[in-house]
Amino acid sequence: MTALLAYTVFGLVTGGAYAVVAGGLVLTYSTSKVFNVGHGAIGMVMAFLYWELAENRGLPQWLALLIVVGGCAPLFGLVIERFVMRRLAGAPVGITLVAGVGVLVGLIGAAQVIWPPQARPVRPFLDQYGIHIGQSFVSGHDLVTLACAVLVAGGLYLLLNRTRTGLAMRACVDAPELAALYGTRPHRLSALSWAIGSALAALGGILLTPVVQLDYVTMTLLVITAYTAALVGRLRSLPWTFVGALGLGLVQSYAVAYLPSSPFWIAFRAAIPALLLFVVLLAMPQSPLRIGGVRGSRGVAVPGGLATGVGMALFMGVVVALALLVDGVVAGQLALGLVFGIVLLSMVLLTGYGGVVSLGQFTFVGVGAVTVARLESSSPLALVAGAVVAAAIGALIALTALRVSGLYLALATLGFAQLMDKLVLQSPIAFGVRGSLQVPRLFESATAQLLLAAGVFALVGAGVLAVRRGRLGRRMIAVKDSSAACATLGVNVRWIRVWVFSLSAAIAGLAGGLFAQLRETVAASDFQLFNNLPLLLFAVIAGVTSVSGAALGGMLLMLLPVLQSGFPAFAGVAVVLLGVAAAGLSRDPNGLVSWFFRAWSWRRA
Amino acid sequence: MSRLRVEGVTVRFGEVTAVDDVTLSADPGVTGLIGPNGAGKTTLFDVISGLRKPSSGRVLLDDADITSKGPHQRSRLGVARTFQRLEVFGSLTVRENVVVALESRRRPAKLAAELLARVGIAEFADAQADTVPTGAARLLELARALATDPHLLLLDEPSSGLDRAETDAFGELLRQLSAEGRAVVLVEHDMDLVMGYCDHVHVLNLGQLLTSGTPSEIRSHEGVREAYLG
Repeated sequence: MTALLAYTVFGLVTGGAYAVVAGGLVLTYSTSKVFNVGHGAIGMVMAFLYWELAENRGLPQWLALLIVVGGCAPLFGLVIERFVMRRLAGAPVGITLVAGVGVLVGLIGAAQVIWPPQARPVRPFLDQYGIHIGQSFVSGHDLVTLACAVLVAGGLYLLLNRTRTGLAMRACVDAPELAALYGTRPHRLSALSWAIGSALAALGGILLTPVVQLDYVTMTLLVITAYTAALVGRLRSLPWTFVGALGLGLVQSYAVAYLPSSPFWIAFRAAIPALLLFVVLLAMPQSPLRIGGVRGSRGVAVPGGLATGVGMALFMGVVVALALLVDGVVAGQLALGLVFGIVLLSMVLLTGYGGVVSLGQFTFVGVGAVTVARLESSSPLALVAGAVVAAAIGALIALTALRVSGLYLALATLGFAQLMDKLVLQSPIAFGVRGSLQVPRLFESATAQLLLAAGVFALVGAGVLAVRRGRLGRRMIAVKDSSAACATLGVNVRWIRVWVFSLSAAIAGLAGGLFAQLRETVAASDFQLFNNLPLLLFAVIAGVTSVSGAALGGMLLMLLPVLQSGFPAFAGVAVVLLGVAAAGLSRDPNGLVSWFFRAWSWRRA
Repeated sequence: MSRLRVEGVTVRFGEVTAVDDVTLSADPGVTGLIGPNGAGKTTLFDVISGLRKPSSGRVLLDDADITSKGPHQRSRLGVARTFQRLEVFGSLTVRENVVVALESRRRPAKLAAELLARVGIAEFADAQADTVPTGAARLLELARALATDPHLLLLDEPSSGLDRAETDAFGELLRQLSAEGRAVVLVEHDMDLVMGYCDHVHVLNLGQLLTSGTPSEIRSHEGVREAYLG
């Protein structure tokens, strides 16, 4: 009984820290209407900064905390709001998400440059104090965490319900234009919400450091936990968000106490937030079809059947010429670039045409790779099997997340990636936690693999263009522009989405098989959740609406680690640049290649 | 038996009752649905086309209860609509907009040219739909709705954005649709159009059905004048 009590207290402590982080997320989202995917990353960088001041520079803990939470974090929030997010007000969800992912990846890069990997212990607050509950010891730090959670809850309540600013913030949620008419300044409120939100991310991050360790990725992914809690309050209600956060903390604490400690169950614990995310999503009401206003986007011109054929023949000609010129190592690199290009083709279909942002596309690559590896066959049929299994899982995720759309859907794919990473790819049926699998190649030589990758890229590229020109392509775009109108014209909007998801997953799965063959050894770490994010950024930077964009993006994605190993000093900087470029380019989904297209049409005109 | 019958439909948004226990019907021919802004006309269209679930009440099409059916199922039963706030597919060309609708009913894509000519916007066929003028976009929505060959056609302020000549042509089109045996329900602020082309008119005010009758009965109804003027 005392054990239960102790675990309840620990759960509430963790939940309290989650509540601080999630409260910041909800405040920012509900006031500025921009969902900050980088919320956890801000907390991560600020926790590192706190370590720098309190541990490395030897400042008193309270002073370091004050400087970070009271100064640096809000200032940083203001900068992000002013220079990235304000320009994106009213932009589609996909664009703000990409900008947020850009910020996130940039912050991780920056943290890696400033604080290279090493162990960084952080002293807990008030570690000489504490109370005993039965056999268990509740530390001073735990009590501080609880106190912070209560203070934040009370502070936010007072701010929103007892001050003019809070009233204006709540008004902005419903009708910013109207609130502006009554003399509130939405920009200032949005800036304020980003400042407070960042401060809370920092505070939550610092409170959690003794629990989760100072780590780039783990703390960044706190956004999933915070998001799950926020979803309980539909991203709006602070009280429900706090309830959700405390619930999450309790479930995790009880899981530690009462679930067996085999490797699977340890991985399972890490997946609890993502799992609960799906439970909450399933319980969400159907999001109504959005009505009102013409939406359209200008993609790059879609070539006809003949032009596609000529283009692909030219492409193959270039690849064959290259294959004859370069040595095996370079051929292998080029093949890898083309394989990434195939993954990006799956995003052209899903994101470029279908308008659905997926943060879990690389996970389908992992599924394809596992399938091919487990079949232990070099037959082309193994590649097909990888595509089929990925398609089935894609259909499953689409069916699960069928009720939600836009932001909710994109974040569901992030949760899905986390779930697959922890529960499937790291499990004994796939790679195992530290394990890796050998994959036999279809062709021995790297040159032949290059030609295989090029052939598959050309075929899939032509296929994607054929889909775009055809019936399914028209429907996908129609659903993207107005799902309400589609429904009243007899189009089953849900089935279109299931189709698009599984088709796109199939392409990614196919690429996964090729990836595994090219690498010959694959492991779960190749398909971590975090690998999804640069993929999305490169897709957007190169151009997510065209086949040539996919080819360019694939090559860039392949070059990144090559550059990083060639110029180690450049490693983190490259990631920062990547984030900045994505945040800047996110307004133009046609990306870099569209500049070439424009230059080309200008020259001809 | 009526083509469309709405029975006791109520729609609440939180505290506000947008549509309050409305019962009305529409037969083949042109039925007007008028009322001041905020009367609940568009909300009623959303309920009939299946985009919004009513808080209570039923929707019947040819005496079959379709209240629980989704919008795409209703479309297959012959319900089509246009939108007051335009919902054309902006990334597609005008022709492709119509083709999407034709394909969803498995009708040949080449009918698109015919439909565009019928509503009078053949010249815009290859323009991207978010670039055409508002009037043409409204007619495009009409062509798209007609592409599903509907028995019941709901038109939400189709004439706003049309000039006089275009409005007359549109009135002529209404007559043809009526002659083809379709039931057309028209939400419209242009009273000449309503009085000139409707066989029957329903008047909504503040979510409730104020009265129903022929255009001449409506014209002489005291409450209607009050609702509009008072």
